[in-house]
Amino acid sequence: MTDTDTLLNARNLSKTFTLHTQGGVRLPVFDGLDLSLQRGQCLVLVGPSGAGKSSLLRCLYGNYLVQHGEVMVRHDGRMIDLTQATTRDLLDVRLRTLGFVSQFLRVIPRVSTLDVVAEPLLAQGCGEDDARDKASTMLARLNIPDRLWSIAPATFSGGEQQRVNIARCFVADYPILLLDEPTASLDVDNRKIVLDLITEARRRGTGIIGIFHDPQDRAAVATDTLELAAMDQAA
Amino acid sequence: MTEPAQQPLTGYNFAYLDEQTKRMIRRSILKAVAIPGHQIPFGSREMPLPYGWGTGGIQVTASIIGKDDTLKVIDQGADDTTNAVSIRKFFAATAGVATTERTTEATIVQTRHRIPETPLTENQIIVYQVPIPEPLRWLEPREVETRKMHALAEYGPMHVQLYEQIAKYGRIAASYDYPVVVNGRYLMRPSPIPKFDNPKMDNNPALQLFGAGREKRIYAVPPYTSVKSLDFEDYPFSVESWEHCCALCGSTDSYLDEIITDDRGGKMFVCSDTDYCTQRQENGHFGPLGSEAAE
Amino acid sequence: MTDRISHNADTPLLRVDSLSKSYGPVVGCRDVAFDLWPGEVLGIVGESGSGKTTLLKCVSAQLEPDGGAVQYDTRDDGPRDVYGLSEARRRLLMRTDWGIVHQNPRDGLRFGISAGANVGERLIAVGERHYGDLRAEVTDWLERVEMDIGRMDDLPSTFSGGMQQRVQIARNLITRPRLVFMDEPTSGLDVSVQARLLDLIRMLVGTLRIACIIVTHDLGVVRLLTHRTIVMQKGEVVEHGLTDQVLDDPQHPYTQLLVSSILPV
Repeated sequence: MTDTDTLLNARNLSKTFTLHTQGGVRLPVFDGLDLSLQRGQCLVLVGPSGAGKSSLLRCLYGNYLVQHGEVMVRHDGRMIDLTQATTRDLLDVRLRTLGFVSQFLRVIPRVSTLDVVAEPLLAQGCGEDDARDKASTMLARLNIPDRLWSIAPATFSGGEQQRVNIARCFVADYPILLLDEPTASLDVDNRKIVLDLITEARRRGTGIIGIFHDPQDRAAVATDTLELAAMDQAA
Repeated sequence: MTEPAQQPLTGYNFAYLDEQTKRMIRRSILKAVAIPGHQIPFGSREMPLPYGWGTGGIQVTASIIGKDDTLKVIDQGADDTTNAVSIRKFFAATAGVATTERTTEATIVQTRHRIPETPLTENQIIVYQVPIPEPLRWLEPREVETRKMHALAEYGPMHVQLYEQIAKYGRIAASYDYPVVVNGRYLMRPSPIPKFDNPKMDNNPALQLFGAGREKRIYAVPPYTSVKSLDFEDYPFSVESWEHCCALCGSTDSYLDEIITDDRGGKMFVCSDTDYCTQRQENGHFGPLGSEAAE
Repeated sequence: MTDRISHNADTPLLRVDSLSKSYGPVVGCRDVAFDLWPGEVLGIVGESGSGKTTLLKCVSAQLEPDGGAVQYDTRDDGPRDVYGLSEARRRLLMRTDWGIVHQNPRDGLRFGISAGANVGERLIAVGERHYGDLRAEVTDWLERVEMDIGRMDDLPSTFSGGMQQRVQIARNLITRPRLVFMDEPTSGLDVSVQARLLDLIRMLVGTLRIACIIVTHDLGVVRLLTHRTIVMQKGEVVEHGLTDQVLDDPQHPYTQLLVSSILPV
């Protein structure tokens, strides 16, 4: 394995929430955490509820701030520390390198499903027709009936929204994917499709860090696991 | 009809205003001439007639008039309307100058709402009475802002006004007080003359002075200065034309007034410039009703 | 649009450096600094009196600051100090390459002239003298902001608040500015009208790649429209970061208070 195979390298990460509105209570999430991700690797985070798996993913995406440590991400052929990056660089990393599937789709009430999915491609500079073609293909693969494509996903079921969320992320072909329970609210058939998508991406060389609640799903995609333990919250 | 010079009224300074005031106004006039089309503030005085009756024009005339001048005053082209007669008498009484109704005999023409049809010469000065000097006022109420717009030649908004008229009426509907750009620089209101008269301002041999008494502004167009009316490329400036000739003198190229002659819809069109019309008739030109009038 | 891309990628569109403004003893804003890049949308949030409107006015050359600098990457000359420009150039900049959408349409529109004339004014100001071309461009922009073209010759006073804001937006965008300032563009409107207007702004800003600074007290607006957020309190910046980070993991006590004050629907 050469050095250029390393897609993400986090060292000595610490995260503590300080709740100023509740008397300054401090909630430590993790401390001194290290992880690294190689091309074609699928790293699955495991641990009990409250161990900070989602928080870790969000820290890697720059959505949460860490108190200590660095998150080095391979972007444009060089490693860039997201904890020190300017917001402009962070946005660029998210635009082209880091894909993130959250647990819930953040819906903009009046934007159509097709546009929601095509948006990351358009932002990357893809032509409008091309972006819509790719978005259509991805939506079809995820079993979203085309009569729903022109409708905003606000009224969709949880499973449908989650699949739109996944389509939006997988359509753009990011080198690194962060997946927060992507299969949680899906039925067996759709779960299989998503697992296939993940495996295909991994075979293309995409690096994946994910949280999967279901042990079967985990077994189907994981190449490695990282165990997180709940921290003592009395600080 | 020309009245000779006479002895002025005693107890008044020559031409009513005191010499200090006249000097102050002359300084403003000089500045106005030096910056064609630019509005110069001046200390407008109380005059023995109300604002809106030509106090600006009168003060300008009073500041430039001399004993040897011959004054003509017109209102809407006519020499015999109340305003014109009053102002003419005012100067006859306070300055003792000769007055005339003949454009060619006048050295100073004070006017409200017209430029004489007879071309002016280098030996003449025309003084316009101006109600509102600021061309941008309709759009921008703040004086500070309009001055800035003049300083930076930000005159786009005037075309907005023309745009509005075309959008509403299918043509530029302004027919009087039609905005002009003087000497390629300052936007100027020509006072409420018909746009028919706008081309006469352009490159005119006479000095043109403008006085606004209530607004306390003087501006000027020096002789032989370009005066261009605003327009759009696809809606060029044009002047009024009439299907009729003057009913009295038969003129086809003068500005005509419509006169209602009875209460059954009868009407006729006659020159608004009474002196011009009279001269033509004296020289044997008649319109359809002209010979009757001559009898 | 190509000129935007060929512009120096290492130069921010706008660079604000230690900007301060006081009203006598009262601090308007103190020591504010940030960069804005082409196509980036920045939100400024804070409660009433936090200095966000003062900051916006100082940055947009409407109010001269006491200290600090505002540098703009002009199309012709590259980065220039905005307050060092001659007034003529500054005013030209403000009505060509910049746009300002005011909270109150009465501050941003001329109520004495029609909607169409309002939209066309900036084009006329930069020299358009062909009525037919002007009319076509105005029509196009009114359509883009989803206005009924049949009403383009009506006065703004006959329009609803939401429509007035649409006219204001079209009036600003017709010269294709690279930077638009918006001060509470949707406050005072009905919620449904607000939502549609926000959609429109989001769509226009996104497709035209306009950089934008939006002042608002509504965190929903910030979440929907902006990439980056500045949180102000008592005239100072207390937090500054990617919008989702500021809203999802607020650090400063004041930001936490703001975020926790949103009522769930």
